[in-house]
Amino acid sequence: MSHEVEILLVEDSPEDAELTIRALRRNKLANEIHLAEDGVEALDFLFCRGAHADRTFSFPPKLVLLDLKLPKVSGMEVLRAIRADERTKAIPVVVLTSSKEERDLIDGYKLGVNAYAQKPVDFEQFSETVRQIGMFWMLINQAPPSGAFVASAARGA
Amino acid sequence: MSNEVEILLVEDSPEDAELTIRALRRNKLANEIHVAEDGTDALDFLFCRGAYADRTFSHPPKLVLLDLHLPKVDGMEVLRALRADERTKAIPVVVLTSSFEQEDVAAGYKLGASAYVQKPVDFEGFSEAVRQIGMFWLLINQALPPGEFTASKAHGV
Repeated sequence: MSHEVEILLVEDSPEDAELTIRALRRNKLANEIHLAEDGVEALDFLFCRGAHADRTFSFPPKLVLLDLKLPKVSGMEVLRAIRADERTKAIPVVVLTSSKEERDLIDGYKLGVNAYAQKPVDFEQFSETVRQIGMFWMLINQAPPSGAFVASAARGA
Repeated sequence: MSNEVEILLVEDSPEDAELTIRALRRNKLANEIHVAEDGTDALDFLFCRGAYADRTFSHPPKLVLLDLHLPKVDGMEVLRALRADERTKAIPVVVLTSSFEQEDVAAGYKLGASAYVQKPVDFEGFSEAVRQIGMFWLLINQALPPGEFTASKAHGV
């Protein structure tokens, strides 16, 4: 079952996690959402180890929604690890953070986020933001196929 | 004026370009849209040279909508060039193509596309896809602030 996860939500705030999941479900944007509450669990999930050793690299989530301030391992470190490995580097990662620090925005892009969104403070705007994220990344975007996760033979790509 | 371009639309089909621009304008998503009809024009624009020598790297478009099959220099080469240069590598690039080839989707992600969208064949689907692209990339996504594209400061990232 865990190989059908569409969205990996990496979020340590239970309130924000619930809001996010509700917004995605209410709009029928994703059924299979896995919640990781810290960076270690996120990495175990994506790298198919620890509690998630039953997962395989051939079924990555379509999207990682990544908070930055996380216990154990930070969001930036999770992002760095995702981009450092051929088996995971093509997974779409959208940072969803309360941080308004420009430093975080800059670092996120340097580490190769696909997109970066700030969590609105307002409840309704938060839900609307999550809905827009879900609409684009689940319905419009084409997720990378398995060929995107294989190390290139020398194609110069 | 060309420093205020919000969207660079790289599209060789005049019909698709018109549909795209209409959908963006009708939904008030972007005013300043520049169309490049081939890969060379796109690269000149983004690298501030040739006909666009008056542009500066510190004011990139918020979004590049990139067709793949282009005259002169194709979309994959434009993407490769964009991602290879510190001054342009963080610009959001959404591939928007009629290609349904899985190899193209894989290659696009490997070359660092921010997202990949297949053009719906029907007019309404196409307009809706463009609307969703605009909603997410222009209203939700936080692009790098101007000025951050030129500096490759040693932040230790």
